[in-house]
Amino acid sequence: MSRQVFLHPIANTIAKLLILGIVGGAVGLTVFSMLVARSPLMAQVDIAPVQPVPFSHEHHVDGLGLVCRYCHVYVEDSAFAGVPQTEICVGCHSQVWADSPTLAPVLDSYKANESLEWNRVYDLPDYVYFNHSIHINKGVACVSCHGQVNEMPIVRKQSTLHMDWCLDCHRNREDNIRPRSEVFDMHWEAPEDLEALRQRLVEDYHVDVEQFNITDCSICHR
Amino acid sequence: MQSAQKKPNVIVEVPILQPGHTYTSVTNQVNDVILKPGIPRGWIFGFGVAFMGVMLMLYSITVLILKGTGVWGLNMPVGWGFAIINFIWWIGIGHAGTLISAILLLFRQEWRTSINRFAEAMTLFAVANAGMYPILHTGRPWLAYWLFPYPNTMGMWPQFRSPLVWDVFAISTYALVSLLFWYVGLIPDLATLRDQATNRFVKVAYGIPSLGWRGASRHWNRYMRAYLLLAALATPLVVSVHSVISFDFAVSIIPGWHVTMFPPYFVAGAVFAGFAMVLILAIPIRKFYHMEDFITDKHLDNMAKVMLTTGLVVFYGYLMEIFFGWYSAYPPEQYVILNRMIGPYKWYYWSLILANGIVPQLLWFRKVRYNHIMLFLIAVVISIGMWLERFVIVITSLSRDLLPSSWGMFHATKWDWGLFIGTLGFFFFLLFVFLRVLPMINVFEMRELIHHKQHEGH
Repeated sequence: MSRQVFLHPIANTIAKLLILGIVGGAVGLTVFSMLVARSPLMAQVDIAPVQPVPFSHEHHVDGLGLVCRYCHVYVEDSAFAGVPQTEICVGCHSQVWADSPTLAPVLDSYKANESLEWNRVYDLPDYVYFNHSIHINKGVACVSCHGQVNEMPIVRKQSTLHMDWCLDCHRNREDNIRPRSEVFDMHWEAPEDLEALRQRLVEDYHVDVEQFNITDCSICHR
Repeated sequence: MQSAQKKPNVIVEVPILQPGHTYTSVTNQVNDVILKPGIPRGWIFGFGVAFMGVMLMLYSITVLILKGTGVWGLNMPVGWGFAIINFIWWIGIGHAGTLISAILLLFRQEWRTSINRFAEAMTLFAVANAGMYPILHTGRPWLAYWLFPYPNTMGMWPQFRSPLVWDVFAISTYALVSLLFWYVGLIPDLATLRDQATNRFVKVAYGIPSLGWRGASRHWNRYMRAYLLLAALATPLVVSVHSVISFDFAVSIIPGWHVTMFPPYFVAGAVFAGFAMVLILAIPIRKFYHMEDFITDKHLDNMAKVMLTTGLVVFYGYLMEIFFGWYSAYPPEQYVILNRMIGPYKWYYWSLILANGIVPQLLWFRKVRYNHIMLFLIAVVISIGMWLERFVIVITSLSRDLLPSSWGMFHATKWDWGLFIGTLGFFFFLLFVFLRVLPMINVFEMRELIHHKQHEGH
């Protein structure tokens, strides 16, 4: 009695494929978006922003033996680690390589009394409160988050800065703790009783769970 | 004594389908609305008005997204304004559709046949409106997928102990099951439309969604089983969805909300509001499309009776709220109840009592139930009353919470009203489109009904 519109036998196959395509497409799109969200590109990991001067951490840290806080002067006392003032650069470079054209922006900035505008590598969203000093003072080393900066000719981001990356450490705080005296050491060799040391440090530095719950929302979102 | 027996019975049983109809006449009358060329002027007018509502809705949403939820009257302590009131109102309206299509099907209530299709459509459109509100209320609708539990880069799961998360599951399940149920119910009718259509484009347009339906007995056998299964799936949703929504309130400790009675009270209110909306739609539709033979006085009578019953449950709820307030022996609870009656929102409260408690009592009278204008007006009053109920629950409790220093009033802004009126427009817009392109009455079930009527007693 009824007259089919789609008489060709392939119509059934097309219909089934379409249904499969819609369901598969929805699942595929979800999985794809989740993969994209985790990709290094989205998190800008391993991408080195172009800087006004191609400053090499590798050369200054490993080559010359400068310690992090020689330039990042506020890191032990303030939320912000500090991007060095031009004066710190010029302290050496008024003598060393002073004629190099690569360094011209530094000396220009010094002469003009204007800041050099470096491009931020680690940019946290404004709704996150982050404090460098508390991490340094509780024995979290620079290298734990910033990676082997001493091996980077141009500095690049080493962490995703995703919330689960933060929480991963806040939930397992003994995993990245070391003696306060060693936080700037880029080549720290862990002692053999590392586990016991970390357990002891967690207690000594009062970062154990019972004392202070650092996974609370308001710790970072104030 | 004898004279009383002789007195003729004035109450004539009204049939649920006027006699004289055949399979063909039913099919043609319903499908002609769609297939006959020409669009009635009334439709164009109604559609135009509704379309302006859609524009208002889009405008209000745009302003909201550009400027943030501050354009609404929300503030502390009233953080749940129109968004939550309208959300509950719309979801409640949807419930009648599910009740008619699922529960009445399982109970083999044949009178559901001619009203289930557009009641289900109403459910879908109401849920679409309802779902919009909480998502917009978050202020960042583009992050709405955060509501679902999925492995995310935040290392977080939603708070499963919060009823607001239960809402997400309740509403999304409800929307999905309602959509499936509606679509499955449409398949044989879409095939009929495909067969009746003469225009090639129309034929293809109905041919695709009818999924190659031939009406073979094997098709029907499987179809009936699937339909019953879906009805069984949808049945618990009639009760569960609004219960879960009531938990948003009942699980909290805000005075006036922390009441164990809330789930059944909300469900009854939902069915009450839903049937009122079905009547608001059914009375004009049957008149303008001349469907009086299918949607008879008996249908309206039955719906009025359901409304009266659920209305009594709701009224009982209002009385119990007062009782609980007093019986709690807890000053903030007592104060909230008293504040509802004589406080700044007393007009809302007493209008609510009038609209939902007093006016529905008219439905005890058969004459009122058979007077379409009266019935329509009562349904409108009940719809407004149910909106007022949600207003009173949300606003009065929040504006006078446990901390007197933070008490404050709620004042709706023009964007609150803009979005509300806009969603009303969107609802009717979808409804007008539905009336134009899909059969408003379930044709195959009507044919089945005729079959039953012809073979009654067999």
